[in-house]
Amino acid sequence: MVFQLIIFKLAQFSVAIPLPLIFLFDLLFSLFELRCNISDFLNPRGMGRAFLNSLIVTIPATILPILFAAFAGYAFAWMDFRGRYLLFAILVGLQVVPLQMTLVPILRFYKELGLNGTFLGVWLFHTGFGMPYAIYLMRNFLGGLPKDLFESAYLDGASHWTAFTKLVIPLATPAIASLAIFQFLWVWNDLLVSLVFLGGTTPVMTYQISNMVTSLGAGWHLLTAAAFLSMLLPMIIFFSLQRFFVRGMLAGAVKG
Amino acid sequence: MLKTHNTDNEPGGIISWFSSTLGQILISLFVPIVTFLVLWQGYLFLQRAQAPQIVQVIVAIIWGVGGVALLYVVANWLVLKLPKPWSSRLQPFVFVGPAIAIMGWFLAVPVFRSLIGSFRNRLGGGWAGLDNYIFAFTNPRMLETFRNNLLWMVFGTFFSVAFGLLIAVLADRSRAEVIYKSIIFTPYALSFVGAGVIWKFIYTYKGIGLNIQEIGLLNAIVTGLGGTPQPWLNITPWNNFFLIVIMIWLQTGYAMVILSSAIKGVPAELLEAARIDGASEVRAFFKITVPYIRGTIITVVTTIVIFSLKTFDIVRVMTGGNNGTNVIANEFYLQSFTYTHQGRASAIAIVLLVLVTPVIIYNLRQFNKERKGF
Repeated sequence: MVFQLIIFKLAQFSVAIPLPLIFLFDLLFSLFELRCNISDFLNPRGMGRAFLNSLIVTIPATILPILFAAFAGYAFAWMDFRGRYLLFAILVGLQVVPLQMTLVPILRFYKELGLNGTFLGVWLFHTGFGMPYAIYLMRNFLGGLPKDLFESAYLDGASHWTAFTKLVIPLATPAIASLAIFQFLWVWNDLLVSLVFLGGTTPVMTYQISNMVTSLGAGWHLLTAAAFLSMLLPMIIFFSLQRFFVRGMLAGAVKG
Repeated sequence: MLKTHNTDNEPGGIISWFSSTLGQILISLFVPIVTFLVLWQGYLFLQRAQAPQIVQVIVAIIWGVGGVALLYVVANWLVLKLPKPWSSRLQPFVFVGPAIAIMGWFLAVPVFRSLIGSFRNRLGGGWAGLDNYIFAFTNPRMLETFRNNLLWMVFGTFFSVAFGLLIAVLADRSRAEVIYKSIIFTPYALSFVGAGVIWKFIYTYKGIGLNIQEIGLLNAIVTGLGGTPQPWLNITPWNNFFLIVIMIWLQTGYAMVILSSAIKGVPAELLEAARIDGASEVRAFFKITVPYIRGTIITVVTTIVIFSLKTFDIVRVMTGGNNGTNVIANEFYLQSFTYTHQGRASAIAIVLLVLVTPVIIYNLRQFNKERKGF
């Protein structure tokens, strides 16, 4: 028994210690570098602007899909209409579509509409892609709320609109919170969509960093500082809202 | 006049059915179109505005989000103005209409366009028959991507799940469980680009020559132990595995969190009984814990398989698909944006769709069986 315990302890240390150590090493390293390079962020190469751009992209692209999904999720869970199960299945099934597949057709469509290189285009794209998961989650969460609650509300004369705004939104806060965290991280960490739709004219953080990785052969000190800055926000969100994060993951909030 | 009045009383009539379906379609279209116009106006306003950036950001956010919210209010108000049977039939479509329209536009329509595009030639002008698919399945470039994706799928998934399970079990017995789990989980919250930077530092290689200092972590270890530095990301075919390690580093945390919560659900009496009967810890783990959480393991495996099939960012940032590390999604990107061969790109995308579909369907089914809601 003692022997097994030692083996377990050893295994535990050998797996659990090196990974975070590697990570912490890098983190400390980049922090150290950040001290002397913070002024680089203010130059026209545009890291500060990129940070702002990332925020402009991320905030509406987080709120919009949740708003749409909350309405749709409520309708699928508590409203009676023809073909709702079929419709729900189709919408959720749409998550099989790989992101890459839609890039070119949407790009052409945007070109016709003049949406290329605009924030609106990126918001709408992220909204469309966040939706299958968001609807799936919201429907499941709202469907799990007690039936009596809604029935007594309807009996008391509440319309669907009242039930939605007064009952569902407050009750669904945990679901909304975990969805928000996930959607925020997906959009914030995304490279491909902003690369294609925004490109170099309105660069976001990930775009700038990926450019530095390939072009700034000698600028490692800048690269680490930039990477650290881009990790800062997700880290803060992750550590402060870990509870919702894990809960959301257990409910299937994973982007394929 | 009389007729419409009658159909209002009998919702089952054919005319009523027809017009309510029409109404549903109209509303599904109307709401998003107006949404779009509102957003568009806001966008034009922002283009013209010369306000400071911070103000622009705030206006953009309020305009976009507020516009959409307002739209729901207006559409709902309009529908409630209609006679009772109409409003109750149409109201659900005020709620789901925008979601349907946006998903149709961004997900369903592109699939059809890609499907058609995959039979067209390079610039999408004339028809190419099956040429693009022949390219997708026989070209050596593509065969390389298939091989690599297979490696990602098999090794990436296996090690992510195995490490996740191991850490979940070990952390379960530790007093510092939360700390271990937080640290292991952290990479999951990082961007692939950020992870790419971290791993560039580990794999970097400066070349051989006088006064060249290796700054890569792995090369530092190798030279510290008396070896010669290696260009890790150029050694075919092992560089694939060095990239897969990054994926494992990212995905282990995910597997761990899900599996950990499942392990907590294994009844303690079962394990206790096994121990009393003389089963070793390892045996109890494989004979009780693993079968008990089998459903969860399948969910995790399928999720990570989907991830590995669609993998793009890691390869893009680390090697750009050079030196035999290309994957399907990256080849799609190259065909589409570097070689501008839309036909081939579409065919590759369709192949990816076909590969991923069964896994996702299986995954969703499993998830529905596992848990409903939160």
